[in-house]
Amino acid sequence: MARVHDRGGWQGAGPVDKSEHQLSWWEKRTDAIATLLMTQKRVMRVDELRRAIESMEPAAYEGCKYYEKWLHAVETVMAEKGILKREETDRKVKELEAGG
Amino acid sequence: MSARFKAGDRVRVRVGSPPGHLRTPLYIQGKIGSVERLHGDYRNPESLAHGGDGLPKQQLYLVRFAQPHVWPKYPGPPRDQLLIDIYEHWLEPA
Amino acid sequence: MHDDHHDNPHAPPTPDHPMTEFERRVDAVQALLIEKGLITADEVRRAVEEMDYRSPALGAKVIARAWVDPAFKSRLLANAKSAILELGIDVGELATIVAVENTEKVHHAVVCTLCSCYPRGLLGYPPDWYKSLNYRSRVVVDPRGVLKEFGLQLPPNVEVRVLDSTADMRYLVIPARPAGTDGMSEEELAGLITRDSMIGVAQARTPAKR
Repeated sequence: MARVHDRGGWQGAGPVDKSEHQLSWWEKRTDAIATLLMTQKRVMRVDELRRAIESMEPAAYEGCKYYEKWLHAVETVMAEKGILKREETDRKVKELEAGG
Repeated sequence: MSARFKAGDRVRVRVGSPPGHLRTPLYIQGKIGSVERLHGDYRNPESLAHGGDGLPKQQLYLVRFAQPHVWPKYPGPPRDQLLIDIYEHWLEPA
Repeated sequence: MHDDHHDNPHAPPTPDHPMTEFERRVDAVQALLIEKGLITADEVRRAVEEMDYRSPALGAKVIARAWVDPAFKSRLLANAKSAILELGIDVGELATIVAVENTEKVHHAVVCTLCSCYPRGLLGYPPDWYKSLNYRSRVVVDPRGVLKEFGLQLPPNVEVRVLDSTADMRYLVIPARPAGTDGMSEEELAGLITRDSMIGVAQARTPAKR
């Protein structure tokens, strides 16, 4: 039984949707933050990023957008390493919402 | 670590589902191919993904497979090929 | 459009929509990582600019040089990073770019069935379709069918080779140089080389189609 990310040869795959979108400001920053953490800062390995994405619930893996998965992975690995807890981020989101 | 295989060697991909991260797709497990080239020594991603150091480094191989062998119903010509990077511990002589 | 931030790179574009949960979370994670001293806003900005600099135009320069200079092509095939560095392009440290050559007899196409590995250090962000589940599923098992969807039909005597990037290697396809391009300058040749031809779902453009 193939894991959800192990896609080679899956049955029922349809035509390739060739439409493309410009990455948003937030998507680019997600990419940049993850890259910084993996290169300059050396607090995360690309293997850890991949593993965190692969560990998502299958429905989440298939339903989430690409950079939503990267953000999820960054948060997962940062929490594992004791650098940043999800609850802190939850609080910060509320703080930023309140601040406007 | 010295490489176990050289270009041209026939190899079989092991079958397995260890817990945790791995980079050997299910579709190629158990298949037989030939070593196309040696990429050099690399750390093991299965260990790196979980905070390990990935040591000892081992040889990474580009292995070539005949498409009809990989997919029994391959719709293209029989000489089409599939090439995949595979770590040494996933290969055995064929 | 989100181009406003080029004027002030530290300010996000004025959202023309209510912010999504994802966007709020990115802001929050960035703010906290900065507060904790792990990264700075300037580093994030520079990392974004780094990726914006990388694009198929850089890849096209490399391929065009390989077309006109056989010794360069040999060096590119032997050690892509150092050959590309000769052109003043540093592809970075995260992965190893490996060049493979398309000829009249062999056509390569590249995929990462497990995730989205791509020669970003040269070509920039991968296209959405490259990362899609359908491309990842189908191009290994029916490459000619997928290439046909991209408008490329190859005769049966051409060997199609699909490369699945499962490890540290990021494959860069050197598309075959089209006929009718003798005497063209490197810059003109670069204009024929598309991103899709460097992934292998297309061939380089022919001069007549420009």
